Amino acid sequence: MNRFSDLERFADRTALIASDGQQYSYKWLLEYGDAVAQQAAPRSLVFLIGSNTPQCIAGYVGFIRRGVVPVLINHTVSQEMIDQLVDAYKPEYVFHPNADGEYELSQLASSPNGESATALPLVASLPPSNQPCSSQLYPELGLILTTSGSTGSPKFVRLTYENLFSNAESIAEYLEIASDDRAITTLPMTYSYGLSIINSHLISGACIILTDAPIIGKDFWTLFKGQNPTTFGGVPFVYDMLKKLRFARMNCPSLKYITQAGGHLSAELVKEFEDVCKQKGIKFIVMYGQTEATARMAYMPWDKLEGRENSIGIAIPGGEFFLIDDNGAVIDQPDVPGELCYRGPNVSLGYATCREELAKGDDNGGVLHTGDVAKRDAEGFYYIVGRKKRFLKIFGNRVNLDEVQELLLKRGIEAACVGKDDAMKVYVVTGTDCNAVRQLLAELTHLNQSAFTVLNIDAIPRNDAGKILYSKLEN
Amino acid sequence: MSNLEKYNKIFMDCFSLTEADLNSNLKYQSIPAWDSVGHVGMIAELEDAFDIMFETEDIIDFNSYEKGKELLAKYGIEF
Repeated sequence: MNRFSDLERFADRTALIASDGQQYSYKWLLEYGDAVAQQAAPRSLVFLIGSNTPQCIAGYVGFIRRGVVPVLINHTVSQEMIDQLVDAYKPEYVFHPNADGEYELSQLASSPNGESATALPLVASLPPSNQPCSSQLYPELGLILTTSGSTGSPKFVRLTYENLFSNAESIAEYLEIASDDRAITTLPMTYSYGLSIINSHLISGACIILTDAPIIGKDFWTLFKGQNPTTFGGVPFVYDMLKKLRFARMNCPSLKYITQAGGHLSAELVKEFEDVCKQKGIKFIVMYGQTEATARMAYMPWDKLEGRENSIGIAIPGGEFFLIDDNGAVIDQPDVPGELCYRGPNVSLGYATCREELAKGDDNGGVLHTGDVAKRDAEGFYYIVGRKKRFLKIFGNRVNLDEVQELLLKRGIEAACVGKDDAMKVYVVTGTDCNAVRQLLAELTHLNQSAFTVLNIDAIPRNDAGKILYSKLEN
Repeated sequence: MSNLEKYNKIFMDCFSLTEADLNSNLKYQSIPAWDSVGHVGMIAELEDAFDIMFETEDIIDFNSYEKGKELLAKYGIEF
């Protein structure tokens, strides 16, 4: 099941529009992408340093078509972090922008099956000692995404071709994506939500307007006005910005529908956008998902949103939800909270932390325990009420609190992280410079410093076993 | 506090800067703290401090420390 293998049927249609307004057909997309991918051996691993550019998207499509497995890494990730990931995953290739901003494929090591592809330039900045890897990739493994866009964590999610395309098809179905739709990007292609918009539009023969420009800047809106997008998606912070930009007073007649995912948007803001969109004749669709399920698990049909502004909606076509209690038993009654579980063809194989684990098969067996605590109402709509795992969503990025503590500890700073979405509280022992820690956190996570409040405490509270007592820090 | 003092204080607080950093080189995205997240926070602070509501166009045109002063003049804030 590789839905990119028959994109030829859209050959004459426009696939991509670059930020300078230039149009690229599906024919160009396939020719460019296939030419790049031909240089790599099938079933090898490539680090794709991703940006929202035609060359990058075409390369991605080419790799998927040829069975070369890409790991999508954001172009803002530091070279130091990329080097660490190269050590852990030993990719044979890296597809990256060169000094002129043009994408090129560079070889880091010979391919696992000994097959040598076209001689390619080696990247000087990467370790040339990268040993060829003997570990084969699991046959169904098609794509690898990172769990955190920002901290450079080596914890990756393993996805199959079926994961990728079943989710794209389901999304295209419930959003009714048509070939004359034009989506403008507000998210990186390396981020599962951003990628899901690209995938679902490509398999529908639709068009993607590509930009990395932030929605708060002039470049984005100049492109927007010139290219008349019919849709975009946004994480909660994008909606904060749209509100600040007085979206209600903006004139955007080309928009048909807009989607929201990547974290919980407050019921007040959902209500506000529901009302504004209603006035403008735009469908507003609230959704829910995780990278571990490729991207999407739930959506709220736009005409059912009223009165359910706090809900994530219902499972997407082809998937189903169930709730389990602390003993793992399925909860049948409505309005009883339990861990939200999802079953569907888009549930990933599992995680990996190094190259050897890319040979592993299906750990999840098609069922994902989301780590979110939810309840279902009598009508079958789901509501997230809590979270079992220690992570926050910050400006749409998942940030693991324990990982942040580790990053600080590596730099000799003992810290305890708590807080809520978009507002992390970091406790450090008295004598540590709070402002310096705040700057360091912004640097390490590539997130705006305003997300972090650093506070001094006499000692980090711990139990006898040395475990941090977070309950003593909250509030 | 004068308008300039208020304006400067917001820049320094929002982006963790000192007075010496406030000059014509200070632009949107010229420092990590002034990204889109920082921009929204700063705009909100300015609106509160000067009791104004920026137009959409002015929020997206606000791309430097100096430009901000020009834009505020449109709302009757003189420096």
